[in-house]
Amino acid sequence: MKEAFDVAIVGAGPAGISAACVLADAGIKTIVLERGEYPGAKNVSGGVLYGHDLARIIPDYVERNCPIERNIVESRIWYLSRDAGYSLGYRDSIFATDRKHNAFTVSRAKFDRWYAEQARQKGALIVPGTVVVDLLRSERGDVTGVLTGREDGEVRAKVTLLADGINSPLAALTGFRSEPKPEEVALAVKEIIELPAEVIEQRFGVSSGDGVTTEVLGAIAGGMDSVGIIYTNRSSISLGLGANLADFADYKLKPYELLEAFKEHPMVAPLIADGRPLEYVAHWLTEGGYDAIPELYGDGYLIAGDSAMLFNGLHREGNNLAMASGKMAAETIIEALSRNDVSRTGLAGYGKKLADSYILKDLKKYRKLGGFFYHHKELFDQLPRLATSAGREMITVNGVSKKEKQKIISRNFRRGMPVLKLLRLLWQGWRAVK
Amino acid sequence: MSMKIEDKLFLDRFKVADESHLRIIDGEKCMAECPDQPCLYLCPANVYRREGDRISVNYEGCLECGSCRIGCPHLNVEWRFPRGGFGISHKFG
Repeated sequence: MKEAFDVAIVGAGPAGISAACVLADAGIKTIVLERGEYPGAKNVSGGVLYGHDLARIIPDYVERNCPIERNIVESRIWYLSRDAGYSLGYRDSIFATDRKHNAFTVSRAKFDRWYAEQARQKGALIVPGTVVVDLLRSERGDVTGVLTGREDGEVRAKVTLLADGINSPLAALTGFRSEPKPEEVALAVKEIIELPAEVIEQRFGVSSGDGVTTEVLGAIAGGMDSVGIIYTNRSSISLGLGANLADFADYKLKPYELLEAFKEHPMVAPLIADGRPLEYVAHWLTEGGYDAIPELYGDGYLIAGDSAMLFNGLHREGNNLAMASGKMAAETIIEALSRNDVSRTGLAGYGKKLADSYILKDLKKYRKLGGFFYHHKELFDQLPRLATSAGREMITVNGVSKKEKQKIISRNFRRGMPVLKLLRLLWQGWRAVK
Repeated sequence: MSMKIEDKLFLDRFKVADESHLRIIDGEKCMAECPDQPCLYLCPANVYRREGDRISVNYEGCLECGSCRIGCPHLNVEWRFPRGGFGISHKFG
């Protein structure tokens, strides 16, 4: 492929395709290289997407038959011990009416394929089944395109957008982003479990087409820094569990065995009972936060989405950051091409756009959060145990006075976790999110 | 009833390449210098298995997450993407 393009994009995920849509709309000659058999073949996320950022690329996505699984009307958070747990949820009918599609679930293999098709219809060239193995560079070191694994695999481009996701051997090879350290990523495994749509609606108490997301914290992974998800799709449930990769090595626990234990938790098991597993996947999430973000642009290239480590774990926002950063990268490229300056200086607008947007503002706000969870393992072990003993004591009616019960609970807490430690935990937790 | 990893991988669709995209660079290092061998448990697809005095690499079921590459304390795993179109193809993702 000796053809030259204005822009070469590595990766047909939400970041790359968003950029391709914006570029193709502006009449810019764009190629997207995707290593999977089709766009989405290699892609994984919990499965929640946000209408706001998608609508800024494809305003009529609903009319264009975007493959939406369920519109999310309720978000739940659980805090579990081994055999019990607390549940907190927020449901609002506005998310079924005026703010419908604020968040919705998708199957990435279906959504990414649909999304890439929109970019193709706008004029971008999408080439699946093609791995980018290296970057082409000028003598000065400017990026001038990509080298693919195909015969005659050079693709020349004025600008290259790296949107190849968090696991990027290309990054390690070319040095545009340093390889993450084990403690900077979480390894997540996920199963898709098939259930009839009516059964899901009964179990989660929702109307047809509506759905619920549940984020699960606590003692669900042998005391590791971890999070679980239970998301409703149309006729399946996405059940996932992630933990810090360094913890897997330190605790010597196996991801698939932990997932099985999670499925058997008394609060989880009834939701997936009689379900049939359809697929098992694995993927990283970045835990590094703001401080893990690499240089986002340079001479002839930009980085967007997961590849740029843009992920907000607390609010489980990743796809929207990918879409928004892909759009900003594309707008920067359009400006740079019109000025005929694709150097680092010419692409500097991208850094400013990101800094002025919710993306870097949010990640900066939570920059201490990843470290907070990683260094406070009591959140995943002692604290859920103590919280359970408190809940159990207060709810049990056994003739013991409430005052006496309070004494028992506070004695348990003092034994399980010194007051100073608890206060420090609360203080540092507050500082990590304030 | 608990589901085994073999059964989980059986759900997935793989187009297996003839050549492995994963390689242990120096097999002796795994035995001589790596008492913990974290690859045996952090890999979500059980690609790495202890077989006698070596670790076998069952790349056919690799989920392509990258964990072995950065999780190996000796950075002793050579890790490439499978050839374009090969490896796992998600049906749902």
